[in-house]
Amino acid sequence: MTAYAYFPGCSAHGTAKEYDRSTQSVCAKLGIELEEIPDWVCCGASPAHAVNHLLSLALVAKNLDLSPSDTIVTGCAACYNRFKTAVHALQHDRPLWEQVKQIVQPTKLNGRDFRVLHLLEVIHEFGLEGLKERVVKPLKGLKVACYYGCLLVRPPKVVGFDDPDNPKKMDELIAAIGAEPAEWEFKTECCGAFHAVPHPEIVLRLTSNILQAAKDAGADVVSVACPMCQINLDLRQLDIQKRHKVNFNMPVLYFTQLLGLALGINEGELGFDRLIVDPRPVLKDKGLI
Amino acid sequence: MKQATEREQLTRTDEMPILLTEEARRFTEEVIKRSGERVDWCYQCGKCTAGCPVAFAMDMEPSRIMRLVQLGQGERVLKSKAIWLCVGCQTCTTRCPQEIDTAKVMDTLREMALEKGLATDKEVVTFFRSFLENIQRYGRVFEPTLVLQYNLRSGHLLQDADKGTLMLSKGKLPLRPSRNGAIVRRIFDALGGRKR
Repeated sequence: MTAYAYFPGCSAHGTAKEYDRSTQSVCAKLGIELEEIPDWVCCGASPAHAVNHLLSLALVAKNLDLSPSDTIVTGCAACYNRFKTAVHALQHDRPLWEQVKQIVQPTKLNGRDFRVLHLLEVIHEFGLEGLKERVVKPLKGLKVACYYGCLLVRPPKVVGFDDPDNPKKMDELIAAIGAEPAEWEFKTECCGAFHAVPHPEIVLRLTSNILQAAKDAGADVVSVACPMCQINLDLRQLDIQKRHKVNFNMPVLYFTQLLGLALGINEGELGFDRLIVDPRPVLKDKGLI
Repeated sequence: MKQATEREQLTRTDEMPILLTEEARRFTEEVIKRSGERVDWCYQCGKCTAGCPVAFAMDMEPSRIMRLVQLGQGERVLKSKAIWLCVGCQTCTTRCPQEIDTAKVMDTLREMALEKGLATDKEVVTFFRSFLENIQRYGRVFEPTLVLQYNLRSGHLLQDADKGTLMLSKGKLPLRPSRNGAIVRRIFDALGGRKR
């Protein structure tokens, strides 16, 4: 199998190091080869497309030009959405794409047909059966609320990830490793994203609703597939407690950390200690660590 | 304009039940043209507003913005806080029965508000500007200086100050920035006057 070009995204080297590391460990364990795009740069995230459409496309185009493979995988839902949007423009709006090329001056873009995947899709394509066979520690008794957020699933015409209202891919992976996916209605509700900085009160309200729904569904932990969603749901529990006097104490793990645990990857590589709400007490309680 | 497009015909005042001034009509047309979205197709079903996660905080909700764009109320729309509170979650875009990419229209309105100096949400504008400067400097986001710069510029000096130490102790803050700033700066330079 040829390697996937891996776009870690800016958070992978900062707030989401444990996501990057558990991603690498899980992929190595499954024999999925990742090759990091050399000299990759920020995709522009929300601030670029929010104020300059061409800029947002150009930043992704630069990364496509640098990519060693036409199949690109990222673990960040926001980067995924930006890449999907740019590749959609490349395929459907030639005049616009010509403008982008003028700006980026690419050297290796011509004639390439890119495929952008989220890590969830890569592991899902690897196969649920294959994943099941490799599980050494089924996560029995752990109820997991799978949270997809916005940018993985919307807009469906551009991303084509899964059912935009009730996506199942992460739930299926979680079921394959022996845990129980929770039935809940907040899978694709917005966490407030970048408003964590300019308008934190918006994020507190939205994340409170999501965490409450997870709790009501009987979830032990929330599983995420995006560094932005993770930090909003995890770190902001401190402010929710301080300002709203509600203590959810709900661990928010990357799905790769849960997969890694089931695949027998050692705890040190999975970085449970880096999360703000410590997931180890509940994992210990369930006899999983 | 070479093609007398269907769009132009549909936005002509003589075919609309409400008479618009020339200035108002121009605004509507500019939004439609720049976004590539048929704002004039909106029939006010309100699904965008019903699904919007931040509508509760907005001074005017998304469906109202769409209506005001149809009516050419440029200044009211561009001075709204709502266009900056839109978080780009794409729920409206996904649910619009007229297949209008409402989130993209919001992008266009923000772009126009900045160009005309009408942006009103100081916090979001400051955050976006700090973010874009950060990636021009380093190539990738370097959180420590981004937060510092935002706090200094916005005047929210101590925002999240309590979290810095915790994040550091959890190894959640990068210690060294990336050195790919030149790659991003070339893109901004090529965009020239569009730089923000």
